Amino acid sequence: MEFFTISLLNGVSYGLLLFMLSAGLTLIFSMMGVLNFAHASFYMLGAYLAFQVSEWTNFWVAFVIAPVLVAILGGLFERVVLRKTHKFGHVAELLVTFGLSFVILELVQLIWGRTPVDYKVPTVLEGSLFKLYSSSFPVYRAFMMLVAFAMLGSLFLVLKKTRIGLVIQAALTHPETTEALGHNVPQVFALVFAGGCALAALAGVIGGNAFITEPGMAQAVGAIIFVVVVVGGMGSLAGALIASILIGVAQTFAVGLDWSFIGGLQTLGVTVTPETFGYPVWKLKISQVAPILPYLLLVVMLVVRPKGIMGTRDE
Amino acid sequence: MNLTIKVSAIAVTAALTLAGGMAHAQNVKVAFIEGLSGPFGGVGQNQLNHYQYAAEQFSGKNANSGVTVQIVPMDSKGSPQEALALFKKATDDGIRFITQGNGSSVAGVLIDAVNKFNERNPGKEVVFLNYAAIDPDYTNSKCSPWHFRFDAGVDMKLEALTNYMKDNKAIKNVYVLGQNYSFGQQVSKFTASMLAEKRPDIKIVGNELHPLGQVKDFAPYIAKMVAAGADTVVTGNWGPDLALLIKAAKDAGYKGNFYTFYAGVIGTPAAIGEAGTDRVFQVGYWHPNAEKNALDATYTGFKYRFKEEFYTVATVNAVKFLVAAVEKAKSADGLPVARALAGMKGKGGSGEDIEMRASDGAMQQALYIMQWTRAGVPGVKYAQEGTGHGFKTVRYLEPKLASMPTTCQMKRP
Repeated sequence: MEFFTISLLNGVSYGLLLFMLSAGLTLIFSMMGVLNFAHASFYMLGAYLAFQVSEWTNFWVAFVIAPVLVAILGGLFERVVLRKTHKFGHVAELLVTFGLSFVILELVQLIWGRTPVDYKVPTVLEGSLFKLYSSSFPVYRAFMMLVAFAMLGSLFLVLKKTRIGLVIQAALTHPETTEALGHNVPQVFALVFAGGCALAALAGVIGGNAFITEPGMAQAVGAIIFVVVVVGGMGSLAGALIASILIGVAQTFAVGLDWSFIGGLQTLGVTVTPETFGYPVWKLKISQVAPILPYLLLVVMLVVRPKGIMGTRDE
Repeated sequence: MNLTIKVSAIAVTAALTLAGGMAHAQNVKVAFIEGLSGPFGGVGQNQLNHYQYAAEQFSGKNANSGVTVQIVPMDSKGSPQEALALFKKATDDGIRFITQGNGSSVAGVLIDAVNKFNERNPGKEVVFLNYAAIDPDYTNSKCSPWHFRFDAGVDMKLEALTNYMKDNKAIKNVYVLGQNYSFGQQVSKFTASMLAEKRPDIKIVGNELHPLGQVKDFAPYIAKMVAAGADTVVTGNWGPDLALLIKAAKDAGYKGNFYTFYAGVIGTPAAIGEAGTDRVFQVGYWHPNAEKNALDATYTGFKYRFKEEFYTVATVNAVKFLVAAVEKAKSADGLPVARALAGMKGKGGSGEDIEMRASDGAMQQALYIMQWTRAGVPGVKYAQEGTGHGFKTVRYLEPKLASMPTTCQMKRP
């Protein structure tokens, strides 16, 4: 019971962090049709900028400033580069973001070095929030969940209840009509791109010190957020939320499971010894294959339901 | 006139070459093939600092003969393929000595590469100075006359560690966690078999391997340890893999003891901090609070220069032994130096008599079991990474007691 509850909490908090990361990606994709390969790099940039700003001031200033800075950078990139490549089609856009991810990686290594920086959790958020049997649940994880929920809530309100949100939604499905009604659709695109980058940066601000801030952090999450977006359904925020939590929880629980083929075969009355053919495969435990589970899910999902859990694109 | 210059240039070159052959004030290049970027880049950089400091303190003008060790850093990003490419580059540049330590998987391919290269290029032999890759196979079934390991092997360290654990009756349920590559697998195998033999009443409640350098969130593993009722964790994890594990244990309020190999490696002491007081143990061949510390000045000098902890005494020993071997062989070529290194004796970090055993190329040296505790009391002079905590000796084994037999069957050339 203790294991179950703690694992569930760990899984949900990890899933929510994944959601913060993929929300921006799916938003940008649904709006602009751009699969932003540099999205995880904005996550990394958020973490590094937060580290730098918190060195000069404190964590709370960094918490606000870093996403804003990244939003400005993202907006500039959209304005100066992405908009120019737009007319050459989606492949050009994809390639330019792909190139950007390498530029950001090299810049980060030039400025902050190739080794991890010491980006720490602020002392107020250290320690444990509550005790569950013998395990304690850290305050910082609760804080991560809180921020993710707050972000989810405000995103929902902005998109559904405000004027700009309605314009964004209109531009999503009927860009020409929206433009004909006098709205500046390219500017809406820039806004969405900047906003998506800010969300990634916010995830970086709180993920960077929860785990580790290093040049490899973008690559570490880069693949998994694409899994989230594809499994959830391209462009669907609700789908991304479900997929993130699903993957977070599945991965956390998988680490805890020691089932293997050997166990299964033994219940069937087959004995497996180290001499049996294919022993290295049979002895693999679910906990060992946990890291590849999301990618397995991606493949299965593409075969069974290519549009994803909540996807609407049917072509 | 042109001709005269040419002739005299040739004469000077010839004279210099001859003088060089006599090993006076020689410059010996050592290719440092190590992951200087990527997840373990921080550890690699820190080890590079160790080597450069050791070369400066124990060779050149600080060595009687003036033999200078020059460290040539090469970034393998921790990958065996990259390391092989760099090995080729080093040999192309005429470098005869390579050194590596972080990752037994990388060391394994380098040993193979050196063996093949030396077979095909007689007269240009390369010697591998291994300062930290401690998979015991490399001094047993896969031993090589060109490979010299300055660290203590997994077999030596775990024999000492399990002997210490044997006497602690409070240990009942042990969880073994390791990185999924040759070294982690060896730790997992040896821990299980040695504990089963020495303390059959101890239950191994978990024996787990995780991907090397990939896990950023160890909370699920800690939850599993708690669920399994583990009171003790044995882990060979190093670098961020240990720092993050201990950080997750701290966050989850896990109260078990940790028996480690690398708790003193850069970044980890800061992660252990106050929470690990008296609960984190390490097996190693030296620590700054050792009673007979022969490297006090090196420790303080390094710390002053780099603002980092000094702990890899193997780098100092490798430099000292290489200089002595070049002096003894009167040559900086691979074969004579390898011959001189085999069986070479010297003084270790605690002033003990150490020996590079000729039969398998394994350094015979003292071992310590140390415990993380509050600094500033007798026996714990130095605190690490500004934590106010450091290691104290809880058991000392002289080289004779720390030694392990070998099954190595090689013939030295």
